[in-house]
Order: sequence, then C-alpha cells, then structure tokens
Amino acid sequence: MSTSLASTGKVVWPRKVVWHVLVLGVLLVLLYPVIWLVSTSFKPATEVISTLALLPREPTGNNYAEVFDGVGEFGVLHYFWNSLMISAGAVVGNVVSCSLAAYAFGRLHFRGRGPMFGFMMITIMLPQHVVLIPQYVIFQQMDMVNTFWPLILPKFLATDAFFIFLMVQFIRTLPRELDEAATLDGCGPVGVFRHVILPLLRPALITTAIFTFIWTWNDFFSQLIYLNDPEKFTLPLALQLFIDQATQSAFGPMFAMSVLALLPIGLFFLAFQRFLVDGVATSGIKG
Amino acid sequence: MTQSVLAGTSGTSRPEVADSPPLATAPRGRKRRGQGVAYLFLSPWIIGATLLTIGPMAASLYLSFTDYDLFSPPNWIGVENYVTMFTGDERFWHAAWVTTKYVLISVPLKLGLALAVAMLLNRPRMGVGLYRSAFYAPSLLGASVSVALAWRALFSTDGTVDKVLASVGVDTGGWVDQPQYALLTLVALAAWQFGAPMVIFLAGLKQVPKELYEAAAIDGAGPARRFLSVTLPMLSPVILFNLVLETIHAFQAFTGAFVVSSGRGGPSDSTLLYPLYLYQRGFTDFRMGYASAMAWVLLAVVAILTALVFRSARRWVFYAGEDR
Repeated sequence: MSTSLASTGKVVWPRKVVWHVLVLGVLLVLLYPVIWLVSTSFKPATEVISTLALLPREPTGNNYAEVFDGVGEFGVLHYFWNSLMISAGAVVGNVVSCSLAAYAFGRLHFRGRGPMFGFMMITIMLPQHVVLIPQYVIFQQMDMVNTFWPLILPKFLATDAFFIFLMVQFIRTLPRELDEAATLDGCGPVGVFRHVILPLLRPALITTAIFTFIWTWNDFFSQLIYLNDPEKFTLPLALQLFIDQATQSAFGPMFAMSVLALLPIGLFFLAFQRFLVDGVATSGIKG
Repeated sequence: MTQSVLAGTSGTSRPEVADSPPLATAPRGRKRRGQGVAYLFLSPWIIGATLLTIGPMAASLYLSFTDYDLFSPPNWIGVENYVTMFTGDERFWHAAWVTTKYVLISVPLKLGLALAVAMLLNRPRMGVGLYRSAFYAPSLLGASVSVALAWRALFSTDGTVDKVLASVGVDTGGWVDQPQYALLTLVALAAWQFGAPMVIFLAGLKQVPKELYEAAAIDGAGPARRFLSVTLPMLSPVILFNLVLETIHAFQAFTGAFVVSSGRGGPSDSTLLYPLYLYQRGFTDFRMGYASAMAWVLLAVVAILTALVFRSARRWVFYAGEDR
C-alpha cells in the first residue's frame, strides 16, 4: 500500500523477493517427503514415528548399520550390486541397439522404411501388458526366469523405441554435407556412422544412457515378475520385503535402505541435471 | 527447442514425416548395397520387434481366447474370458472404475500444477534454471519403491499428513487405511511428479512471441485475458502432447498402488488399479489367458482414448502458421 510512496526502483525489488519466497515455499512443500525420508533414516526407532520434528533429536547411523548387516538373507550391497548389473547392462544395450536403428531410420534408404518407422512410433505408446505374458513364457522356455537376462536382453534388441525416436530426431539436425564429404573420402555407410554420426550423437547418447539407467534402477514391475529368488533380488525387490512386515520398529532400516536406493539417482541428478532437464524439454521424455 | 516437442507430437500422429528427406543422388548400385547395410543396422530392432513385440502381441491375443495357466497347454475357450470379464467379474469393473477415477483426477491435477508452476517460473530471474531442475527432481524419484514407501508412511495413521490435518482440526485418520481416501494418496503421488510436463510447458512458453503479449496489452487485455487468449492457444500443441503422454502413463500406474496396498489393492479394493488387478490375475492366480484378455481390453481403451483426444484436437489445438 505504501509502495506508491516509494521510488520505482524500490517497487521492483520487493516483487522479486516475493517471487523467490513464493517459489522456495512451494519447493519446500514439494521436496518435504524427500527431506523427511532422509532425516527419518537417521532417527532411532523410538523417534521414527512418534514426533513431527523433521530433524532427529539424537541422530544415529544404526539404521544404516543394520541394513548393511542384512535385509532378508543378504546385506544391502548385494542388492545394490544386482541393481547395478541390470542397469549397466540395460544402458549398454540401449545405447548400442538404439543408435544403430536410429542411424538406419534417420539416414539410410531402404525398402519399407516408412511403415517400419510408423510401427516403431506406435510401439512407443504400446502398454507393455499386451506383450507381457508371451514374453514371460518365452523367457521361461529359455530357462531365463530368475536370471537378469529378461531385463537386459530386450534392451539389446532396441525394444525401448522411445530412444530410437530421440536419436532419429537428433540425427536429422546434423548437416548432411558431413555425410557427403565422408562419402567422397571413401566412407561407406558404416564409416559414416562410425566417424561422422556417432561422435556428433554424443549428447543424445548421454541422455539415453542416463534415462535408461534411472528407469531401470527404479523399475519394479518387470523385476517383480522375473526375479523371485532372494539371491537375485534388486534394491526395489528387497525393499518390498519390508512391506509386509512394515511394523513401526522396521521403519528406520527400511528408510535407510530407501535412501541408499535413491542415492545413485540423486547423484546422477546433481551431476547431469542440465542434461536431464534439457533432454525432457527437447524430446518430451515422460520422466 | 519446442520445435522438436511439436515435431514429437506430429511425429506420433503422422509418422510418415520420416520419408520426407529423399536422397536421389546415389547411383543404383550403391543404393542397393546401402539397402543391405541398412537392414544390418536395423537387425537388432527387427529381431526385437518381431520376437518381442509382434509375436508376443499375436500370442497374447490368441491366449486371451484360452484358459492358459502357464503349467498346462492352453485350451481354446472362445470369448469366455471376455464374457466373464464384462458380465461376471465384479473386481474387473471395480478396477476399471478405480482406474477411471485415478486417471480423471490425477492427469488434470498434474497438468494444472505443471502449467501453473511453469507460468510462475517463466520469467528472467536469477536462479530460474536451478529452480526448474529442483521442481523436476520428483519426476525422477517418484517412480521408485523408496518414495512409495515414504508415501505410505506419510499418509498412514499418525503419519505427518494425519497429524498436520489434525492440528488444524481436520480429523481424517490415516489415508492409506481408509477406502475413501486411499486412492487420493496415489493421486497425490502422481501429481507430485508434475516436473516433467512442467519442463515441457516451460519450453513451450519460451516459444510464444513476446509481441503477442504486447499487442494484447495494448488492446487492453488484463493478465487473465492474455492467459486465455494468447498463452493457452499458443501452448495448445504442447498441452495436447502432455495430455496424451500423461494419460497413457496414468493407465499403467502400478508401483505406487502395489507398495501402498502391499500388493493387494486394498483397503476394500480402493487402490486396485487395472494393471495391479491384471498382475494379480496373471501372476498370483496364474490365469494367464484371462490376464491376456485384460491386457487387450486395456490396449483397446488406451488406443480409443488416444484417437479421440487427437480427433478433438482439431477443434482446440492451434498450430501457429498452419494455414501455410
């Protein structure tokens, strides 16, 4: 109300402050569950649910110690390793198979390209349930249930069509003159791919790698279906062991393990946040 | 940047864009050799599409007309699964209803929040990039079992939500234990992840020409009028894109419902989302034929809805310069 008395310079300044306060306020509410999760993982059992206080009164590492000792039959590192193996396999598979397919769709000419591309786009939208049961039967027949293969092998066959689309979009922005110059220098399609396209495709490859890692790391549905031997359990599956015995006394270790499961995603996010957010902005990744 | 988001939208509806750059310069012989190499590059995808998509789709369609149970060979039973589903399975209709509610509430809520925060962030201020990333973070974390577990605790009896509401005189008890509130915890979990569509909205907002706002302001349009007459129409292709993506996504929500209800869909089946019921039928009861039929019904519903949205889009989506 008194702003009319102030000079214009002073009117602008408080509006900025109000804006920052507003944004930070919304952000705090939004990130509260994560902050709460981390802080609860350091609370002793007696404090876990009894208080609303965000910070633990007597912080303890016991929950983490317990989780490292064992959840079910194994320590948390065992599950961590399993998750890591599957995610790493999926990353390699997607980067290799999707870039190969994207080069063909984006640059090469062959019979049936239009219909094939159309079909590939449709598979992006396809609910996985419609292929779920026959795929399960296939992997069962091949004796691969309870191994990591059903979770890794499909990635080497470019089933995550979304990333093909992402890379095709990227390849189309690369100047064709480069291909032509390489062709004049004697490069065939393979040479053009190796020496021209692949190096320039790096940003799209990195986006693909990061998102594949995070999605595989978080994936619960397929792991739940294909892995039922505790020795093969991943972090999400091991966490699920807590669900049925989720008495309040188990809350501490459960949240400690939850935090450990989120840690790689958090680190990836901090390291690559610009990459991730720009990847979403340019390609509409659902995230 | 939005260009490619828009290209994404049109690409999904009109995939034939791929054919646009013709290359007529290559001589015949090389072109033919190029074809062979092209199939070589495509071979992983071709094998995957055949063995892991087309084949399984056909197989699951066939299985949907059988009584397959994973242990004995399937017997053809005609449309019995579908008849049972539509006329004799109350839980099927219940799951369909729960999912409908979930989609109808969570998608508009998520997109509304996404647009609101995008509008808030769409100004040249210090730290906008950082804020944008922070708002996006839940989209990466939200699909995890970890966050679903935190959700379950936060919304349980004497959990944070219960206590905060009680302190302002609203006594709801724990949401996850009560049929009338349990689904709302899942809606909240979905809406919490509004960051991804928000980032896409922000990219769209950057593309709206400033002159349009200036012209509207000169014509005497207030902020509300400018939002309705400039922002919304200019943003409509991006809204369409987000709407389709989020709807398809919402129909397949699973992890949250599984974790919050210990895999049962309770209390009183109030969180029995369609994919969760499909999972129970297929992988708990081993009624794989029935689950396959459910999968095809899901596909049909999603396909019809997507087609309807794209159809309606002709009326409400505005493409700048589309008369060209």
